[in-house]
Amino acid sequence: MRYAVRHSTEYEYGGVVAHSHHLLHLTPRESAYQRCLGHSLLLDPKPSSAREDVDAFGNPITRLEYDRSHDRLTVTAEMQVEIIPRLGVSLESTEPWDSVRGRLSYHAAPMTVADLDACRFRMRSSHVLLKRAFEDYAEDCFPRGRSLAAASEDLMRKIHREFRYEPGSTVNRTSTMDVLKSRRGVCQDFTHFMIGCLRSSGLAARYVSGYVRNIRKDGLAAIGGDASHAWVSVYCPPLGWLDFDPTNDCLVGADHVTLAWGRDFGDVSPLRGMIVGGGRHKLKVDVRVQPLAP
Amino acid sequence: MDGEGQVRRHWQPLIEGLFEDDARAARRAAEFTRRMIVENGITYNVYADRQGRDRPWILDPLPYLVSAPEWKTIEAGVAQRARLLNAVLADLYGRQELLSRGALPAEIPYGHPNFLWPCTNIRPPGDRWLSIYAVDLARAADGRWWVLADRTQAPSGPGYALENRQIVRRAFPHLAQSMEVRPLGAFFAAFRDELLRGGEEEPLAVVLTPGSFNETYFEHAYLARQLGFPLVEGHDLTVRDESVFLKTLSGLKRVHTILRRLDDDFCDPVELRVDSALGVPGLLAAIRKGRVFLANALGSGVLESPAWLGFLPAVAQQMIGETLSLPSVASWWCGEPPAFDSVKANLSNLVIKSTFPNQKLGAVFGSELNSAERAALIARMQSRPHAFVAQEHLAFSQAPVWYTKSAGEFSARALGIRVYAIATPDGYRVMPGGLARFASNAHAEIVSMQRGGGSKDVWVLCESEEASDEATAPIVRVDRAPNEHHDLPSTLVENLFWMGRYTERCEYKTRLLRATLGLRRNLPFRAHAMQMGKQFGAVGVFDSAKNVTLSSDIARLGDCAARVRGSLSGENWRALTVLQRDFHRAEASHNDVRETLDSLLLSLAALAGFALDDMTQDDGWRFMMIGRRLERLQFLAELLSRRLTGAGTPLRQELEWILEIGDSAITYRTRYRAPPVWDNTIDLLVYDDKNPRALAFQWRAINSLLIEVAESLGSKPQETLYEAVTGLMELKFEHLGGKLDSQQESRHAMSQCLEALMSAAAQLSDQLTSQHFSHIDYDLRAVSA
Repeated sequence: MRYAVRHSTEYEYGGVVAHSHHLLHLTPRESAYQRCLGHSLLLDPKPSSAREDVDAFGNPITRLEYDRSHDRLTVTAEMQVEIIPRLGVSLESTEPWDSVRGRLSYHAAPMTVADLDACRFRMRSSHVLLKRAFEDYAEDCFPRGRSLAAASEDLMRKIHREFRYEPGSTVNRTSTMDVLKSRRGVCQDFTHFMIGCLRSSGLAARYVSGYVRNIRKDGLAAIGGDASHAWVSVYCPPLGWLDFDPTNDCLVGADHVTLAWGRDFGDVSPLRGMIVGGGRHKLKVDVRVQPLAP
Repeated sequence: MDGEGQVRRHWQPLIEGLFEDDARAARRAAEFTRRMIVENGITYNVYADRQGRDRPWILDPLPYLVSAPEWKTIEAGVAQRARLLNAVLADLYGRQELLSRGALPAEIPYGHPNFLWPCTNIRPPGDRWLSIYAVDLARAADGRWWVLADRTQAPSGPGYALENRQIVRRAFPHLAQSMEVRPLGAFFAAFRDELLRGGEEEPLAVVLTPGSFNETYFEHAYLARQLGFPLVEGHDLTVRDESVFLKTLSGLKRVHTILRRLDDDFCDPVELRVDSALGVPGLLAAIRKGRVFLANALGSGVLESPAWLGFLPAVAQQMIGETLSLPSVASWWCGEPPAFDSVKANLSNLVIKSTFPNQKLGAVFGSELNSAERAALIARMQSRPHAFVAQEHLAFSQAPVWYTKSAGEFSARALGIRVYAIATPDGYRVMPGGLARFASNAHAEIVSMQRGGGSKDVWVLCESEEASDEATAPIVRVDRAPNEHHDLPSTLVENLFWMGRYTERCEYKTRLLRATLGLRRNLPFRAHAMQMGKQFGAVGVFDSAKNVTLSSDIARLGDCAARVRGSLSGENWRALTVLQRDFHRAEASHNDVRETLDSLLLSLAALAGFALDDMTQDDGWRFMMIGRRLERLQFLAELLSRRLTGAGTPLRQELEWILEIGDSAITYRTRYRAPPVWDNTIDLLVYDDKNPRALAFQWRAINSLLIEVAESLGSKPQETLYEAVTGLMELKFEHLGGKLDSQQESRHAMSQCLEALMSAAAQLSDQLTSQHFSHIDYDLRAVSA
């Protein structure tokens, strides 16, 4: 499956911005399931410098600096990617969740590269707290000895069932605790909350930032198709990382395009920056995901 | 004291020395110490402290003595530990073999808020993660020194240690000499060298502070001054094309080293905490490129956790093949199930602490919990065992302390010392001294300045032969590098400029108020004078809520002064604090207002004296003086012009009132020996360039200051006042000599010229701001999409 994605972000500043630095996560990350066929960044106005790099989690990034005054900024990322189908996995065939928790906990013995890598994603991070309440919420999905992938699917379904998708009900910094209380939010909130449940249970879960096609293969309209999307990736040995989309209640397959992953939104926000001046600004984001003819 | 209650041997000369003369001499030393602290303005700020923002530092004059052999053990142990921790940081931010081998739990770094992922795989030049390291030590009953905690991020206190030394040495001038106490100067000189090490010919180092609200701001300023580096805040720096620059009066200056007192996750809002306006956007990119050196490396705060302590002995064996020579207080990280089990069983003998600094849990003493509290704590730990550490309850050895409510008596207090080490090309070098801190009361076991304890100087005694090299080593450079004034941060100069303006504003408002309050009630123009006072915002003295009163101007003066503290002498700072303190006291006690105003004027006069006699006359000073003169010029011109446009000829008392506000009443009387008239009043207050209050004096002074600034910066002096001044001078020959008093047109013409001068002065102020301060970016904000 191939997609063309166009993601444009437009800032209209209320005053002149004299100087600014930005950090972009807008280049699709390659993986066993995704190839990048092409990508470009259109920047208006032209920055005084633009540098490409890779962040600590292996995501491609771009750093921008503007040293001349400007009063608006448009960043348009265009990309074409190919999604490589994942082999059908049996969710019942992964290690029991409690044994995964044991293998990721410190036991004064050497750790495999994959396990240690997973350990990065099981602690508190700026948007994801570890809470007894989260562990309690997930408890009935995690009976002793249950396959981790199957338990994660249950958790995803529970969240989808019990939480209401409600754009505008939360802001960027709404805490996962508040999301649990109000039981509503958007994809970013569900993702942070599900990660919080998994980590509070001692498991490794990461935040994936990307896009989802508007109409899914099964004919249903997807939620989050006209915006940036986010979902959860869970470390499920021996299969490795499996992706769950609590917003759309589905396993991630050929409908999702991955940009980057990290501990939470803070590690991978598509466009963050610090500006000098600018006053109150208006922001317009436009995302188009177009399936390409095979 | 030793086990038998005898004074330990190396303390004897001190005790004997103290009481050599008589107890009164000792009391004098205690008094001296207390006074020096107030006079030098040494403070320790505690956020939300009810006593006000600044709390005086507490220093016990009695130093803590460490014998030469005892110090040798400490010194070697601290240097060894610094070397080990530097290596641990290199691994955590590099290959992480300690984690993959299972020598250290991944939970500790990965869960630590100061483990900064964006800093992984950045290797600082010379592998110096820790340029400065500190460790908190305490002596146990067995006489051994134990490690309580490591300080790896931005250790506070070396400046306090230096200041303590300077005070205590002066309190006991003979003792320090006769006892051969090891000096600290060479250590700080080596620190300065360390920070300037690197390829550049003229490297520029700065001290980065979170600002004057920080609890140890005094120390930031003091250290910066001792090291001869500019003290800067985040907005003084800017990253351009992956290099760091200081915004100075003469433009952007490349910065090579940053000694930071800002927490590491606050340092770059683009890549680290986005909610921080204290940092420098883009800093990490510059560090990654090796264009700037950070002391300490960003992310070094990850080692500040009691959870590491139990693992370090084994790690030392593995990494450097050595046994740690200083033991650390027995600690169990609860993330290991067997450790957690035994902690649960022994809770009543243990102290429970958080693994991570962002947890909301102070130290909990197991022995102080009842069974319900104990069960609650265990339940809390059970859900996240990795977030807790249990420590043995170590009984501190006590030390004699002199500082008590009734000075002159000894009491015993639990005491710990903080010892510092710096990286040098020959390995870590340990400061021969340190900061001793003692508990706030005789029973307390927690030693903390935040909890109201006190400090002591630490005297390390020489072995006779080793004294020589340190004594001859250069002491810390306080002299200014020849080109240093070019590195004056723009915000510093801006604050000096405003300090000048506010000092003068306070002064004229005080004079205006005093003169008006002195008017007889039945004078016909008294209402008019009151009205005038209102227009100048001088009607209320105390109510700072109204924003235009004297009280709020004094507060603003204090704010500006706090931000330029490093440029003020101790006495100057003291005069400022006394001024504020007295004013607030008067405000609280509702004293006779006129008395308050009189003493305020005296204090303000003292400030003026300091400005002239006590400051380096660099560009910063010039801007301060320009600020002062501009303010005076604008005020007096406005006062005169308003009355000149008013109807009729003023009464004798009204001109006297104006002369008093202009501080020229006596001059007038001695010069003219007659009741005042407009003609002579204008001559004295406008044209007499020998009168330091006159407008002519101000514009001439401003002019020559502008010329000096322009020469220093290689620019053209502003001639903004020129036209208005010429206009006034032409008027002088036309209208002086009686016309002002008799002709309304003359007064109007004069008033118009004065108004022109006022607006020219305002224009000049704006020009200076846009030319020299406009690149100061206060208005930093985050965007995210």
